[in-house]
Amino acid sequence: MRIIQHPILTFEKGQKVSFTLDGRGLEGYEGEPITAALHDAGVKVLRRSISLGRPRGFFCAVGKCSSCLMTVDGKPNVRVCMEPLREGMRVETQKGKGELVERG
Amino acid sequence: MKEVEIAIVGGGPAGLSAAGIALQAKAGVLLIDDGLRLGGQLVKQTHKFFGSKEQYASTRGIEIGRILEKGLEGYPNLEVWLNSSVVGYYPDGVLTVLKEEKLLKVKPKRLIVATGASERMLAFANNDLPGVYGAGAVQTLMNLYGVLPGKRALMVGAGNIGLIVSYQLLQAGVKVEAVVEAMPKVGGYWVHAAKLKRIGVPILTSHTILKAEGEDWVEGAIICPLNEDFKPIEAAQKRVEVDIICLAVGLSPLSELLWQAGCRMKYIPQLGGYAPFRNRDMETTVKGVWVAGDSAGVEEASTAMVEGRIAGLAATSSLGYEVEDTDGLKRELREELEMLRRGPVGETVRKGVKRALI
Repeated sequence: MRIIQHPILTFEKGQKVSFTLDGRGLEGYEGEPITAALHDAGVKVLRRSISLGRPRGFFCAVGKCSSCLMTVDGKPNVRVCMEPLREGMRVETQKGKGELVERG
Repeated sequence: MKEVEIAIVGGGPAGLSAAGIALQAKAGVLLIDDGLRLGGQLVKQTHKFFGSKEQYASTRGIEIGRILEKGLEGYPNLEVWLNSSVVGYYPDGVLTVLKEEKLLKVKPKRLIVATGASERMLAFANNDLPGVYGAGAVQTLMNLYGVLPGKRALMVGAGNIGLIVSYQLLQAGVKVEAVVEAMPKVGGYWVHAAKLKRIGVPILTSHTILKAEGEDWVEGAIICPLNEDFKPIEAAQKRVEVDIICLAVGLSPLSELLWQAGCRMKYIPQLGGYAPFRNRDMETTVKGVWVAGDSAGVEEASTAMVEGRIAGLAATSSLGYEVEDTDGLKRELREELEMLRRGPVGETVRKGVKRALI
């Protein structure tokens, strides 16, 4: 949910962009952290914990707590509270530790 | 390897203030921050600040961030690295920085650590459920990105952050069901508490949270009164319907770099956790390494700005740069710090600082 009216703040937004979450099409604004767009869409579970599979969400918002690690464009363990959203990003709920990506 | 005169880690109120004074004296500065913009946590502080005129009292935090950032414009001796995390400090004085997926090495002649603080966690059942947030995280989401975390909130902690963020939740259109506080009285300034009371938000002192409820995310919370020994009176527990649980239970200095640098540290509860020993110039026990702001001990943005100036001034003059009337300025800054820490509100911090001073 976006804040439509605020007594003090106005929000500057980037271009509207499309991205996917586990293959599902979503929209957000370019340059905002991925979590902002996910929260707007009501998505709270970002990954599953490694041993017990418990849901993990957004906790600190400043890249310190490691709660919000997701797989983005195939790369695991991306802090989505800090990672700017771009057109066409493939965001996936992360399960487990994530595999290291091989690069050419 | 990049060589610089002064590296400042952290572009919040302390780091920006340190940079300002160093740049004016023409020292070369590399300012490194892991965020997407400068200002640290000021960028989400919509409330007006207290303190003295020199520290922008009655100006909103977001404005102060902009003022400090603007003060750095036009200096050719400044380089800013955003979205860059300092991940190590080595015995030969080299910093390693993760920037755009590359690990870069930086060798500064002087280092100022202004890394700030992180939010504390609280132990209760299901505290790992999505929907349990640090109060600062909710502030970031709402005030910086304009997104609501949910519809109904429980705030845990009635210190200044808990009270201010509760009011900001209301401003953004979220219902605050209650503020719970384990202590028998409100810890924050009365003016912040009064704003909530007027709107009818219950502030429940001698209360805590026992449990978050919900399957995949928060759907409710069990709160409970505490007896005089801070033990829950479980027979009196009750459930509140919330989808947001906000934790405002204090901050701890982010001191990893100081540990790596080998600074002598001490656990000082009045400063929020492990804090470095420092002299009156804010230099740590490791020569050439200064500290400023919350990473020196959790306090306010106003004191962080003064400490930043003190550290910036000392680091700059140690390089041989001339700052007009250094001694007079130093005296003035120390007096400002004392003034900001005056009175009963500053008592805890005064005790803490005294224990860390060498």
